Amino acid sequence: MSFLDLDEFLIELAGAVDLVYSPVVDVKEYPENVDVCLIEGAVCNEDNLAILHKIRARTKVLISFGDCAVTGNVPAMRNQLGLDNAKNVLQCAYIENAQNNPNVPKADGIVPQLLEWVLPVHEVVHVEYYLPGCPPPADRIKAVLGQMLSGVEPKLEGANLKFG
Amino acid sequence: MAAKTLTIDGKQISAEEGATILQASEEASVKIPTLCHLDGVYDVGACRLCLVEVTGVPKLLPACTTKVAEGMDIKTDSERLRKYRRMILELLFAERNHVCAVCVSNGHCELQMLAYSNGMDHVRYEYTFPKWSLDTTHNLFGMDHNRCVLCTRCVRVCWHIEAAGTKNVAGRGGKSRIITDLNMPWGEADSCTSCGKCVQACPTGALFHKGSTVGEMERDRSKLEFIVTAREKQQWISAD
Ligand code: SF4
Ligand code: SF4
Ligand code: FES
Repeated sequence: MSFLDLDEFLIELAGAVDLVYSPVVDVKEYPENVDVCLIEGAVCNEDNLAILHKIRARTKVLISFGDCAVTGNVPAMRNQLGLDNAKNVLQCAYIENAQNNPNVPKADGIVPQLLEWVLPVHEVVHVEYYLPGCPPPADRIKAVLGQMLSGVEPKLEGANLKFG
Repeated sequence: MAAKTLTIDGKQISAEEGATILQASEEASVKIPTLCHLDGVYDVGACRLCLVEVTGVPKLLPACTTKVAEGMDIKTDSERLRKYRRMILELLFAERNHVCAVCVSNGHCELQMLAYSNGMDHVRYEYTFPKWSLDTTHNLFGMDHNRCVLCTRCVRVCWHIEAAGTKNVAGRGGKSRIITDLNMPWGEADSCTSCGKCVQACPTGALFHKGSTVGEMERDRSKLEFIVTAREKQQWISAD
């Protein structure tokens, strides 16, 4: 959402890049030969894991985007419950606190299985650059994208690297 | 007192005998990163962020506990120091659960500030996600072990400024933790005077005023300095 805070820069950006994949475009399959991918969110379930490997294989430059991707952040707090955490959180959410039909949702191919352990993106695949923040402020995103568009190595410094 | 002459980052300076490298560097307006150091209480050299290079000494020395000596040639910034500082910071983040986005100290935290000013864009070590608890038994303050960096600033102010001796360190290695009295809930620790100095001293979100939510925990360290100056110099003035 903070991506939308880029305001007019979005128009400039749209002129400079081909947007080939995102949660809000119609394309269902991540394409081949992608130059840059901003990847957000921690790696929480089997779907996340599968698409992450696919993205890595098909992308030149990966940018870990936002605290969840960079640190695991709030989604990774379930790791503190130990190795049974996936079972425990589902039990708590869908059985103990259910008002109607207590039942852990399971449907192959529809509801992805939770991983035992939530991971930041770089613990799973190699990442080129990091863009922390919860959410990353628009000017920080703009700084990195601007650097990439003008062909310089993206580099954030000082308070632009603040988590949270 | 005798003065010592020394060099910090190429600057010739003189410092009082018995001064630490950190004190001397402040006089010379050279900034060394610190975490466990707190103006007004004695130093213990716990965090190692203030490590500096001294010519002729193969190991790195903590600026906060190393005394100046005649002719010392000190470097406070180098590739090697930057490497270790960043490593220490990353290990601190990996060791406990620091979720800045939902932390009471977000935006006012010394650890967070050190991390970004030393270029920490991510943590290369695996996060350990340990299970730690929260002690909210005290009626005014709370302790969140998830955010503690074991700097012992709270312990030192508790013993040496308030002289209550409530806070202590227990356990070893990764299991080390801050306890109150004989490892009892804070609310049952009879020696605690509820002065709140530990809360003022804490660099992170580990100690907080109850009722503060994300980013609300701001501290006023000058209160501690004020008390120390008053005691040592009999002057009721603030340090600056
Ligand atoms: S204590 Fe500091 S570094 Fe840790 S979570 Fe809170 S704000 Fe972040
Ligand atoms: S509670 Fe705060 S002051 Fe005490 S050791 Fe932990 S981080 Fe340091
Ligand atoms: S400030 Fe010197 S070791 Fe922590």
